[in-house]
Amino acid sequence: MTERNPLTVKPLMDIDKIRKDFPVLHQSVHGKPLVYLDNAATTQKPNSVIEAISEYYRLYNSNIHRGVHQLSQKATDEYEAARQKVQRYLNANSTKEVIFLRGTSEAVNLVMNTYGRTNIKAGDEIIISEMEHHSNIVPWQMLAQQTGAVLRVIPMNDKGELLMEEFKNLLNEKTKFVSVVHASNTLGTENPVKEITGLAHEVGAKVMVDGAQAVQHFKVDVQDIGCDFYAFSGHKLYGPTGVGVLWGREELLIAMPPWQGGGDMILSVTFEKTIYNGLPNKFEAGTPNISGAIGLGHAIDYVTALGIDNIHEHERDLYRYMEQKFLEIQGVSLVGSAAKKGSVFSFTIDGVHPHDVGTILDMEGIAIRTGHMCTQPVMKHFGVPALSRASIGLYNNYEDIDCAAEAIKKAAEFFS
Amino acid sequence: MNEELKELYQQVIIDHNKNPRNFRKIELPSHHSEGFNPLCGDHVYIYLDVANGVIRDISFEGNGCAISKSSASIMTAELKGKTLEEAEVLFQKFHELVTGKLTDEEEIEKLGKLSIFQGVRDFPVRVKCASLPWHTLHAALHDQQTAVSTE
Repeated sequence: MTERNPLTVKPLMDIDKIRKDFPVLHQSVHGKPLVYLDNAATTQKPNSVIEAISEYYRLYNSNIHRGVHQLSQKATDEYEAARQKVQRYLNANSTKEVIFLRGTSEAVNLVMNTYGRTNIKAGDEIIISEMEHHSNIVPWQMLAQQTGAVLRVIPMNDKGELLMEEFKNLLNEKTKFVSVVHASNTLGTENPVKEITGLAHEVGAKVMVDGAQAVQHFKVDVQDIGCDFYAFSGHKLYGPTGVGVLWGREELLIAMPPWQGGGDMILSVTFEKTIYNGLPNKFEAGTPNISGAIGLGHAIDYVTALGIDNIHEHERDLYRYMEQKFLEIQGVSLVGSAAKKGSVFSFTIDGVHPHDVGTILDMEGIAIRTGHMCTQPVMKHFGVPALSRASIGLYNNYEDIDCAAEAIKKAAEFFS
Repeated sequence: MNEELKELYQQVIIDHNKNPRNFRKIELPSHHSEGFNPLCGDHVYIYLDVANGVIRDISFEGNGCAISKSSASIMTAELKGKTLEEAEVLFQKFHELVTGKLTDEEEIEKLGKLSIFQGVRDFPVRVKCASLPWHTLHAALHDQQTAVSTE
């Protein structure tokens, strides 16, 4: 028998109350109440975030860092306040180290194009891992092709854990860069990024951590990790789409050339010479996603008010319940069983293709992800063309899991 | 299971998914092609043995969801012995059927076994699943060498 965690009697977080903050959750899909379990793809937005974005456009829409007028000053203040919130959230040293971008993918591309192109040469080695999202594979592959550098891959075991001994063997004096995912979007694995960083630094390599699946689930302290670059996306942290963050060590960012040229990233321009702006503006050419950054700031406020540790505990309890519940269903197999893993349950059902699972669950009002999850090498490792994935967010409850389990059972029985 | 789902996953489709017909490779095919849906990972290979304008044999391999697998299975079963002209007409009709453009009941009935894919029209995201084998067939017959993609 699967038991719900006794803590539900005295919850750390009042989930019923929290759910009221998320308008999208209160609707029917195909006549059934929506059960949203696709949080690793994107999270829903609380009213406070939606209101903050709306308020910007209704009350003080204006460009930043430009006008002397009241609205522009207000917009600039709010935008920069959001930067401060990110700085505190990641425990970064300074707001100069916080760069607003479109998302994690763009952050990887920025580091590849600036740090990578200036510091990585033919014969140098870049290390990534077997469980990377395509966005942390393709940019490094492009750099390797352009420079003649070599891409090395840390393998994983069948639980979805990185083989740290193999990683140590890969490290050598030619290793110039290591880019790894903090938490896997497909397997849920939480990687030992602090240890990875320490080892990489011993050979003088710089380290980037992809935190797209981390910052919304547990406390991230970039100074504690000790890495050189850290990236995440706003929309997976209950914020809007189209905004994300690159954090980088100040001394590295100062030495890096700008990536895109344009307004806001300059101090002075003549046809003979341009003097670039300082940090962080040097990397924010053009009018940024102002409302997005402000919205992200409010998302961080929301998460901080609940307490990231409370969120983590709630999601962990719910995941344990989900794992037990789903594995009781005949034919269901879990993919990704690392000792340290987050609230992501990727699975197969014997004889049922994930795409069919997705359709059947959709008709029950349940949103999950099906497909290759943008991690085709992971699919290859486990010998599957695709997977189904249920992923938990802070507003999910035990009823969501029960509904999903019931529907998965239906799908398994229907095709058997 | 609601009515729309029952309409989509008819017993014949479930049956062909479990026991696909002509699921094999033709050695030395006269025509062949590969189809791929990058969104879901469906992958299908179609092989044909065509002589004097008649499909003497047709088969498929690959992996995919119940809709794409049964569509490939039923397609091969229906096309064996047909002329290339007949195959071309069925290709067009099938496309109209799954996209909901073919509404004339008599016309739909004429499609015989293929008509069971009618339910797909209520699931726009699944149209590509049903049509992938057909597009791959079309590419094979028109000697397209690059893999067909739904995207």
